[in-house]
Amino acid sequence: MRHVLSILVENEPGVLSRVVGLFSGRGFNIESLNVGPTLDNGVSHITICTSGEEQIIEQIMKQLHKLITVIKVVDLTHLQAVEREIVLMKVGAEDSKRAEVLRIADIFRCKVVDVSPDELTLEITGDQGKIKAVVALLQRFGVKEFIRAGTVAMRRSMQLAD
Amino acid sequence: MVLTGAQILMECLKREGVDLIFGFPGGAVIDIYDELPKHPIRHILVRHEQAAVHAADGYARASGKVGVCLVTSGPGATNTVTGIATAYMDSIPLVVITGQVPTQLIGNDAFQEADIVGITRPCTKHNYLVKNVADLATTIKQAFYIARTGRPGPVLIDLPKNVVNAVTEFSYPESISIRSYNPNVNPNRKQLRKAAELIALSRQPVIYAGGGVVSSDSAAALTRLAEEFHLPVTTTLMGLGAFPGDHPNWLGMLGMHGTYTANMAINSCDVLISVGARFDDRVTGRVNAFASRAKIIHIDIDPTSISKNVVVDVPIVADCKQGLEGLIEEVARIKGVDWKDKHSDWNASLAQMKATYPLNYAKNGGAIKPQWVVEKIYELSRGEAIISTEVGQNQMWAAQFYTYKKPRTLLTSGGLGTMGYGFPAAIGAQFAFPDRLVVDIAGDGSIQMNIQELATAVSYNVPVKIVILNNGYLGMVRQWQELFYKKNYCATCLHTNPDFVALAKAYGAAGYLVDKAEDLESTLEAAFAYPGPVIVDVRVEPEENVAPMVPAGAALSEMLLV
Repeated sequence: MRHVLSILVENEPGVLSRVVGLFSGRGFNIESLNVGPTLDNGVSHITICTSGEEQIIEQIMKQLHKLITVIKVVDLTHLQAVEREIVLMKVGAEDSKRAEVLRIADIFRCKVVDVSPDELTLEITGDQGKIKAVVALLQRFGVKEFIRAGTVAMRRSMQLAD
Repeated sequence: MVLTGAQILMECLKREGVDLIFGFPGGAVIDIYDELPKHPIRHILVRHEQAAVHAADGYARASGKVGVCLVTSGPGATNTVTGIATAYMDSIPLVVITGQVPTQLIGNDAFQEADIVGITRPCTKHNYLVKNVADLATTIKQAFYIARTGRPGPVLIDLPKNVVNAVTEFSYPESISIRSYNPNVNPNRKQLRKAAELIALSRQPVIYAGGGVVSSDSAAALTRLAEEFHLPVTTTLMGLGAFPGDHPNWLGMLGMHGTYTANMAINSCDVLISVGARFDDRVTGRVNAFASRAKIIHIDIDPTSISKNVVVDVPIVADCKQGLEGLIEEVARIKGVDWKDKHSDWNASLAQMKATYPLNYAKNGGAIKPQWVVEKIYELSRGEAIISTEVGQNQMWAAQFYTYKKPRTLLTSGGLGTMGYGFPAAIGAQFAFPDRLVVDIAGDGSIQMNIQELATAVSYNVPVKIVILNNGYLGMVRQWQELFYKKNYCATCLHTNPDFVALAKAYGAAGYLVDKAEDLESTLEAAFAYPGPVIVDVRVEPEENVAPMVPAGAALSEMLLV
């Protein structure tokens, strides 16, 4: 099962290496990774998507906690959370295809961030399902370049019962 | 007070109560060595950096203090890695100080540069590269705090040469708080109550204790728990000494070369009380068959050890001492149980089993049995010695045939299984207890992995006794080859062992050869009385095996050679 871990760490050299080393050293797989600053200069935020059985995830969480530079670890999987990914995608868009590409981009509320005579670069944000759908629809126009950042996620303020 | 980095290091070490360090100099730490003689900190010069770490480790295990070593950059630092990994696996508090090339050269492939912080990240509890002398004092304070608290472990501090020489205003932080590091020492009462209820309901309980009981100094609490509620006790290799080996509740060590009784007790127990142990594969055998009938209580300071290999019913995250004391209180609160009577059948059947299947060996022929040598060491030291071991058959015989009655009397590389550990560790322990008898029970293979430390032992006249159970083999591997690889003794025969007696003498130590059983006792007596380092080369039965044995991957109930 896929898990999204939200990790607060001390912002110091080597901290990412400690976190990532913990995964590689134990043979745990990282699906995606996102690191960035927080409003507190001393603290960074890491979001890791990984998958595994409950017992493995529990062990990963404990091992993360054990790292001296890790402040907080939350598994967002069992919480209601907002998840977003960002993708930049360069799609073939010669005159004959352009309208259709733009229409799909519009439906998914993608942004056109660069244009050339025969290509469009789109910025797509959304959860994994949406990204998957856009990619599936645009693939037939020819994907020239594709860059996808790791998931970022945030716990929803209201945790409503299912 | 404005001080250099080197001076700050010395001031900090003194404030942490360090009066002894093991080390080996080099270019990157020469400024620290220049400062060292001006301070009341004794430096022990070893002959290989690996030995500096093992010696600091032996010192730490024997004394309970933090062991400290100091080495140079590059190869000096990389040579410490095995020692650090050894200490990490066995949760031994160390502070390892390595020199580093100047900060402006880091990453340039400078002479004697190694990324030791990167290399040791997975085998230290934490490590630091100090880039600014202003951070040095706080870093050292944190390093000692992290090394000795929680689940103890080695911490490495990498000190670039220009940081050592830079100056700053020195002030040592009085207290320390790390927001992301707060080990949970006190047990949860509710969990203790649940554990107590399980014990009260049990018919066949067993205590399974590990090295955590030793490192948290809670052997007395363990004994109290066992005695007050008439619970039988087994320990891991790391836990030997945490419970008196001559106690009626004692079942012996468990695991691959544990006693039949201990393993069968685990196999049939209905409540397992695990304290400061981590369900290592050498202990559990096939994991799904380990204590499979039992509800498991687990007290451990490290949450990652709980439910890692075996799922636990009542996890209790706490220091073993607080955990055990709390558990005693909670069990005592349960009224109306006659504890002696409650477990009397169980205890009687275990005692019966212990009498029927003791650890044993064939005493036939004139050959010297290695087990007998260990028994003689026990007898002649009246069980008062500090024993260190190498790794392999020597280690298992030392575990089986010496009776450990007190904690911190067995120093052995349990987790990593480091050959070459025992001798330098014995040197370290002897520095902690100059007046006690310290014996390294060694093999002819292992001893050669750090034999150069004879020079250290001789130069400080450290009266460590090395007893080599010399069988001319890498015996444990040979045993596996005999039992599981059709006697294909590939690369395990040591045809060209040195003359250990002559070697000892070449270094300036004493050497004795024992090749007749009748000479053993008198030679050991002479060796133990000798006021300096000694090698006793005992020619033992070459193909003696360690028994009994649970083959790798088998269940504890499937013991061979019982």
